[in-house]
Amino acid sequence: MANDLKKFYMNDKIIVPVISVITSLFIAAIVMIMIGKNPFIAYGALIYGAFGTKGALINNLMKATPLILTGLSVGVGFRAGLFNIGANGQLIIGAILSTYVGTKMIAYPFYLSIPIMIVTGMLGGALWASIAGWLKAARGAHEVITTIMLNYVAIFIANYVVNGPFQAPGGVPKSPKIAYSARFPNLITSGATWLSAGIFVALAAVVVVYILIEKTKTGYEIKAVGFNPYAAEYGGISIGRNTVMAMAISGALAGLAGTMQVMGLYYRYLGALGGSMGFDGITIALIGQNNPIGIAFAAFLISSIRAGSNQMQIAGVSKNIVIIIQGIIIFLVATNRLVKTLMFWKRKEVEEA
Amino acid sequence: MDKSNEKDNSKYAVVMEKIVKRFPGVLANDHVDLFVKRGEIHAIVGENGAGKTTLMNQLYGLIKSDSGKIYVNGVETRIENPNDAINAKIGMVHQHFMLVNRLSVVENIVLGMEPVRGPFFARDSACKQINELSKKFGLFVDPDAIIEDLPVGIQQRVEIIKVLYRGAEILILDEPTAVLTPQETEELFEILRALKAQGKTVIFITHKLHEVMAITDSVTVMRLGKVTGVVKTSDTNPRELARMMVGRDVLLRVEKGSAKIGKEIFRVENLHVNENRGLEAVKGLNFSVKRGEIVGIAGVAGNGQSELIEAITGLRKVEEGRVIFKGVNITNFSPKRRRDMGMSHIPEDRLKHGLVLDFPLYYNFILGKHDNPRFCDGEFLRLIDIKRFSDELVKRFDVRPPIINLLGENLSGGNQQKVIIAREFSFNPDFIAISQPTRGLDIGAIEFIHKTIISMRDQGVGMLLISMELEEIFSLSDRILVMYEGQIMGEVTPQKTTTEEVGLMMAGHKLEDLRTQEA
Repeated sequence: MANDLKKFYMNDKIIVPVISVITSLFIAAIVMIMIGKNPFIAYGALIYGAFGTKGALINNLMKATPLILTGLSVGVGFRAGLFNIGANGQLIIGAILSTYVGTKMIAYPFYLSIPIMIVTGMLGGALWASIAGWLKAARGAHEVITTIMLNYVAIFIANYVVNGPFQAPGGVPKSPKIAYSARFPNLITSGATWLSAGIFVALAAVVVVYILIEKTKTGYEIKAVGFNPYAAEYGGISIGRNTVMAMAISGALAGLAGTMQVMGLYYRYLGALGGSMGFDGITIALIGQNNPIGIAFAAFLISSIRAGSNQMQIAGVSKNIVIIIQGIIIFLVATNRLVKTLMFWKRKEVEEA
Repeated sequence: MDKSNEKDNSKYAVVMEKIVKRFPGVLANDHVDLFVKRGEIHAIVGENGAGKTTLMNQLYGLIKSDSGKIYVNGVETRIENPNDAINAKIGMVHQHFMLVNRLSVVENIVLGMEPVRGPFFARDSACKQINELSKKFGLFVDPDAIIEDLPVGIQQRVEIIKVLYRGAEILILDEPTAVLTPQETEELFEILRALKAQGKTVIFITHKLHEVMAITDSVTVMRLGKVTGVVKTSDTNPRELARMMVGRDVLLRVEKGSAKIGKEIFRVENLHVNENRGLEAVKGLNFSVKRGEIVGIAGVAGNGQSELIEAITGLRKVEEGRVIFKGVNITNFSPKRRRDMGMSHIPEDRLKHGLVLDFPLYYNFILGKHDNPRFCDGEFLRLIDIKRFSDELVKRFDVRPPIINLLGENLSGGNQQKVIIAREFSFNPDFIAISQPTRGLDIGAIEFIHKTIISMRDQGVGMLLISMELEEIFSLSDRILVMYEGQIMGEVTPQKTTTEEVGLMMAGHKLEDLRTQEA
C-alpha cells in the first residue's frame, strides 16, 4: 500500500505533463477541424518542420539551447518559492556584458576567451537577479514586481548602449561582433543554419542544476525555503541568504542563455536577441515540473513546436495554432489537480472492476 | 428481516449501517454501524485515525460514503451535502470554529439565513430569536459582541447556537473540549445536559475518557476504521474503554521516578515579547529550568505561550529582557546558533514549523542538522549516511510506515510528530523547548512520547513543556507555571495542587489570592 502511494506520487510528476501535452494536441486538432483544416496534415507538417530534415533538426536544437537555460532559470527560482519573471532582463544583461568582453578577446586563445565569456554572462545575470533577491530578503519587496521592473531597466540600458557608446558602425542599433576566439565552433552546418556547441553547455547545465538541487546542501536549503519557509527558519536555515542565493543562481542561468545566443548564433548583441525566451522559461519550467531533466524535455518540446510551426503555415494551417497548443498545455499543467483527479477516477474504476 | 430492522431503527435518532469509506490507500470506515438513541448523549471514542471524524463527516454530508445507509429517526435518508443534513435536523460543531471573527455574534449565527424585512436585515428579530434560544438552553452570550473579542469557550457557544438556530435536533460535537479550561468544560457539560433535557440528541467525539465517563449515556469505540465496542457508560470504566481503543492495556498515567535535578541550564529574565499585531503578548516573565527537570507551562491557548516559545527558540524578536542558556546571553542568537549550542525545539504547529511536508522523511530527519559533518561533506550531502540515520530513527521511534522515502505529508499526525521528536531528541540536546507534544495524537502515541520525554529528563536534559492539556502538564511536569495574559499567575508542584486550583489560575486568578482566600 505504502509502495503504491509512493509510486503514485513519483509518477504523477511525469504523467501530468504527458497527459497535458496529449490532451492539448487533441483539443487543438478539434479547433483545426472546426476551422475546416485537416489536423493530420497540420501535425504532419509540424513534425516534418521540426525533425524532417537535417536543417530542421539543427534549427530546432538551436532554438532549444537558450530555452533549456531559461527553463532551468525559472525552475530553480520556483524551487525556492520564487517566481522569477525577470529571466529576460537577466538574459539581456548577461548577453550585453559578455558581448562587451567578447569584443576585447581578440588577443586571447579560445580556451581562455570561451570560459571568460561564459563566466561573464553568468555573473551579469546573477548580479541583476540578486538585486531582486536582495530587495525581497531585506525589504520584503515581491520578486514578481521587482523582476518585471528590472526587465524594463535592462532593456533600456541595452538599447542605450547599442545606440551609443557600444554601437557598431553603420547606424543600426547593434553592437560590434565579438572576437572569433570567443565564438563557439559550429558542430554541424546545413545551408544557412548551424548547430553551435552551446547545446552542450545547456545540457551540462541540466546536469549541474540536477546535482545542485538533489545532492548538495545548498539545494537542500533552497528547497526547504521554497517548500516551507517557516520550517526552514525553524531548522536554522536563513531565508534571506537563500533567497538571494536562489535568485543569483536563477539569474546566472538566464545570463548564460543570453551568452549562448551571443557566442553561438548572433556573435553580437542586438535588440531582438532576448525575444520572449525569459517568459518561455516560465512555460517550460511548469511543463518540466521544475525538474532539470523534465525541463530539458519541455524545452525541446516547445522548440519543436516553434520550429515546426513555419512548415505548418506553409501547409495552410495558421502557425498561431501552436499558441493554442502551448496555452492548453500550460492550463492543464497549472491546474494539475484537475488532471490528477481525472487520473484518480480512472484508477478507482479499475480498482472496483 | 428488513422490516424488523426498520421497526428497530425508529427508536433511534441516528442509525448508520455498514458504512464504508475508502481513501487512497486507507480504509477509513470499514462497515461501521452506529446506533444513537433519541435524547441521549452518545460518545464516539477512538485513537486518531480511527475514523471517528470521517464517520461524522459522512453523517453531516461533508464527504460521501462509498456504501452504507443512514437512517434518521427511522427513515432512510440520503445525505450528500450539509444542506441535506440541515434539512434532516442534523448540525455539527467543528473542532476548528467556522466563525467570521470581525462580525458580531448575531451576524455569525444567522449568516446564510438572515431574517429580512423587505430588502433589509431584520437585526432585532434575529436578536430576539437568539435570546430565546440562549435562555432555553442556558447558552448566555451577548448578541452584539464581536467574535474576536470573545474567549474560546463563548465562541463555542456561538457555534452551538448557530446549529440550534438552524433547527438541529441532532448535534455533532467534534472534540469540543480540546480548547477549553476545566471550568469552561464544566460549563459546556451543563449546556449539554440542558440540551438533553430538552430532548436533543448529542453525538460527542472525544479521546478524553474521563469526559466520556462524566457526561455520556453510551459509547461507541472505534479502532482502525472498525467499531470495537458499544457499551453503556454506566457499565464500563476508563481502563476497559482504553483497551478497546488501543487493543491492549495502556498506562493511563506516566510512570516516572523522582527527578534528579541538576544545575540551572536555562533562564529568562524580565522577558517581553510582542505578538504579530505588535501588542505585548509576554509581559515580563522570569523563570529558570534546571538539568533533569521538566517545567510545565499551563494555560489556555492564546495567553502568550506561543510567543514565549518562539522567543526562546529564536523565531521571534525579544522586545525587552534576556534569554540565558548555559550561562550565555543568547537573546539575539539565530535559531541555528541556538541549535548548535544544544537547544532543541518541538514546535507547537508541526505542519507549519516542524516538517517540510514535501520533503521525504530522510530529509525531514536532518532538518536543522543538515550541515552537520555527519550529513554533508563540504557542499555535498552524504545521502547514504542520511538514509542510514533515518532508517535507524524510524525503527527506534516506531514510525509507521517505516519507509523513509515517503513524503512528510503521507504520514498520519502521530507519525509526523514521532519524526519531529526523533529528530529533536537525537544529537544529545541539553535543553528542549516542547510545545503541545501530543496534540491530536492517540493514546498509544501519547504513551510513547511521554515515556520518551521522561527518559530524556532522566538523562539530565532540561525541558520546558507547554501544553493546553492539563492532564499532560500534571503527569509530566516537576514544576508547573500557570500563564494568563502573558504573565505567570503562580508556580506550583503537581503533588501540592489540584486541577481546580490550576484551572482558576488559568482563568486569571493569582495563586497568592487563591491561597489567602482559602486561609
